[in-house]
Amino acid sequence: MPPIRDVMPAFELFQPANVSDALGVLNRHGADAWVMAGGMDTFDWLKDRIKKPKVVVDLGMVNELRGIKDAGGGVEIGAMTTLTTIANDPLVKERFPLLAQAALIVASPQIRNVGTLGGNVSQDARCWYYRAGWPCYRAGGNICYADTPTSINREHAIFNADRCVAVNPSDTAPALIALDASFVIKNGDKERVVPAEEFFIGPGINITRLNSMEPGDLLTAIRLPNTWAGKGHYFEKVRDRQVWDFALVNIAAAINGSASSITDARMVVNGVAATPYRLTAVESFLKGKARDKATADQAADMAVQGAAPLRHNAYKVPLVKALVKRAIRGDAEWTS
Amino acid sequence: MDFLTSARSPWGETVFTHISWSLFWAALVGGLLFLLAHGGYMLFSQHHKRTSEEVDRLERERAGLPAHITRHGFVARAFHWVMAFSMLTLLFTAFLPIVGVRFAWVQWHWMAGLLLTASVLFHIVHATFVLDFWSIWIGPKDIPEFKNEMMRDLGKEVPGSPKPGKYPLGNRLYHLAVLVAGLLVIGSGIVMMWRVRTNLVERNPYLFGDVTWGLTYVMHGLMGVGFVGLVIAHIYFALRPEKLWITKAMLFGTISRREYLEHHDPDRWVA
Repeated sequence: MPPIRDVMPAFELFQPANVSDALGVLNRHGADAWVMAGGMDTFDWLKDRIKKPKVVVDLGMVNELRGIKDAGGGVEIGAMTTLTTIANDPLVKERFPLLAQAALIVASPQIRNVGTLGGNVSQDARCWYYRAGWPCYRAGGNICYADTPTSINREHAIFNADRCVAVNPSDTAPALIALDASFVIKNGDKERVVPAEEFFIGPGINITRLNSMEPGDLLTAIRLPNTWAGKGHYFEKVRDRQVWDFALVNIAAAINGSASSITDARMVVNGVAATPYRLTAVESFLKGKARDKATADQAADMAVQGAAPLRHNAYKVPLVKALVKRAIRGDAEWTS
Repeated sequence: MDFLTSARSPWGETVFTHISWSLFWAALVGGLLFLLAHGGYMLFSQHHKRTSEEVDRLERERAGLPAHITRHGFVARAFHWVMAFSMLTLLFTAFLPIVGVRFAWVQWHWMAGLLLTASVLFHIVHATFVLDFWSIWIGPKDIPEFKNEMMRDLGKEVPGSPKPGKYPLGNRLYHLAVLVAGLLVIGSGIVMMWRVRTNLVERNPYLFGDVTWGLTYVMHGLMGVGFVGLVIAHIYFALRPEKLWITKAMLFGTISRREYLEHHDPDRWVA
């Protein structure tokens, strides 16, 4: 790891008070601007002096990006809303306990008090070769140091690796995809609404970023339709220690129907690919099936088809299977 | 402006990693400027064609020739269009992401690269054993032809000047440039297959050291942007009115007796 320094590299700091000003600054500085939400990802990069942006746009003063509101047909969450706020919000807990659970289990209480939903879904890869400043593909080089015969790649991808094997580290991202959320992104006076699943991109499309945000873009809100409100929700995160750690694998599932017949389901695992990995084959298979052991076993086998483990992460294959089984059974204690 | 990008390897060496994408824009703009400059020159210059009297005389002398003469057989044309398809796919998959069109390009790129490699290998065998191998090469014997081509382009009358065999001098020079750039881009591209995930070879990022890998990527990039200019020039010349007879021959295979006698030396290319 690089030495963490006390003094960050010099940059020009902007602290806009509203979205309009923030968009103006971002448009003026384009690719030179770094957007900072809670700072939980940003300060690592800056203190390690791996990223040296010319301009930092601190969104901490933009109050209009905070808050949770009933937006008729769903819930809209401001991108700067903290994870603690989301985890404790009665509206979110009532309609979307899946997201509340995911937010509640991110990192540590201190980090959740400052970290935001927008920051959590936009955070960069946690591959230590990349974070240490090695000139890998993701950093603009021409090699993946995590995918060599001698790499330490226990936390890396088992699906859809394309040159880079880093994974998406977010806990809330799979929950938002399972809930069919959409992301509101502004750039200048334009606004686009992107389905959560399309917000995240893999290295095949752009190897230097984990999402589809371009220079000048600002993620302002995340909208959750009521489609999956009040349905069966399941979230589980497996990590090396029970606090302040990223997921080795997590799973978010929204399942509609009864114990005897599933009518519809969405299931997403993260920590296994560069994007949250939606188990579409499993979702199709589950329709009309009972939530029982036989269904769970078949779905688990289906979930790991195409997995290509690296040298040290084959354990993720049975882990994904176990999480899929438990999500279908809806029981975190269920192990057989 | 940096033309190449470099990085510090884990062992502290400064190594090249890629070309700067500015070079892509330079090749694109350079190719388009050449097109405008050449088009403007041809429009306003005193560029001379051979006189019709000279060609009429040749037709009278060679009246026994068939009305249509095969310039490219079916196999040669098939190779050309397969290569063109793979080359355009390679260029689009390589450079569309640079201009902001995002898609999963790597797999399409290496598959098109393999198609190009296979077509070039086939072409080498076909040209060596079936076609007239030496007809595409240039050498000192072509200097008078080159001189006279230049004179005609500069507006001078050069009656009775030497004519090429099967391939005009421009074709042969272009083939040479494509051959050099093509072999380098294919060679570097093939070893890069060991850096990406395919079902064809087992990944081995340690096949070379960081310096050699860096130079491989730089070479691949340089030849790639070189092909941007080469392809622009090729398509431009293929569409120029005075060259359309060659393009039609690449589509349909034949040229007329008059085109044969006007542009070729029957003693150097026996129809």
